[in-house]
Amino acid sequence: MNWQFNNDAPIYSQLIGQIKQGIVSGAFPAGERLPSVRDMATEAGVNPNTMQRALTELERDGLVFSQRTAGRFVTEDRTMIETAKRKLAETHIQSFLTAMSRLGYQKEEILTLVRQEATQGEE
Amino acid sequence: MDNLENEALSTQHSGGAVLECKDLSKSYGNMPALNHINFSIEPGRIVGLLGPNGSGKTTLIKLVNGLLTPSSGEVLVDGMAPGKQTRAEVSFLPDRTCLPTWMTATQLLDFYQDFYADFRRDAAEEMLEHLGINKKQTIKQMSKGTREKVQLIMVMSRSAKLYLLDEPIGGVDPATRDYILTTIITNYNPEAAVIISTHLISDVEKVLDEVIFINQGQMVLQSSVDQIREEKGMSVDALFREVFKC
Repeated sequence: MNWQFNNDAPIYSQLIGQIKQGIVSGAFPAGERLPSVRDMATEAGVNPNTMQRALTELERDGLVFSQRTAGRFVTEDRTMIETAKRKLAETHIQSFLTAMSRLGYQKEEILTLVRQEATQGEE
Repeated sequence: MDNLENEALSTQHSGGAVLECKDLSKSYGNMPALNHINFSIEPGRIVGLLGPNGSGKTTLIKLVNGLLTPSSGEVLVDGMAPGKQTRAEVSFLPDRTCLPTWMTATQLLDFYQDFYADFRRDAAEEMLEHLGINKKQTIKQMSKGTREKVQLIMVMSRSAKLYLLDEPIGGVDPATRDYILTTIITNYNPEAAVIISTHLISDVEKVLDEVIFINQGQMVLQSSVDQIREEKGMSVDALFREVFKC
């Protein structure tokens, strides 16, 4: 995982976002055991308590679950992972649309441009 | 050490504060260095002691260490005034390297083992080995960065209650900085607290639970890092620049 942080949002919420991204992309595969809090904190270069907080919130959402002695696992529920993926996609699209409308584009124009860009790659 | 996974971290700890300052003041002659400082630090916390040069950071650390005595008020380490007992529980990294330069790494390990009952020699040896340090090398033969790393390894290899790190990342290159911060995280112990005094905030910010700002001997703020980011929408580094704008 390539952990990156920006300066204006809380670190725990950025961790949640990046772990979600990891689950959705398969870097943390469904049903697999997650590394320990200490190892994940070391890898991300963050405070272990902050990592713990992020994982606790992900547990509350159901994307990860813990088994008393065995550790923490990614959910096996693929529908839930799909839903999370969809939500992440929506967030990206929303921020893209906001940026485009700030440039002065209308919805139809945006769609045309996106279609053009996307098909250009195929040719 | 390794029950980090299942333990509710720090907040549910039964013991009291690792460090408490009650109305703590210190003057040098008629020059006030610290003015009525009040705060406490719970076990399991990594705390940044942040302030510009000459704000009183090192004075505060020396008071906690028992190297200075308060002019008024008190400082309590694990409920006790600094003394013989607290020195056994506090692991201190001074702001300059003070390792005897004629010693080899092995002699240094022997020295720490003789001196501190809580020294985890195997942990220290493992970290030295990981760094590729030849144990027959004397401190004098090591580069500045290597010396800083070795000294940090010695300090973090004690099973202390309180780690006091005075400017651990000052004057070293970014890779060494990362190494030092990683070493602090990997040695994290929910029973102990770590205080890092520095003005290189953006580098340490992610490693900290909370920060204490001091300026001209006064305490300006004690807050959690994420609380600052949540409430102000800016990093601790940005807030520091705003508060201490020259």
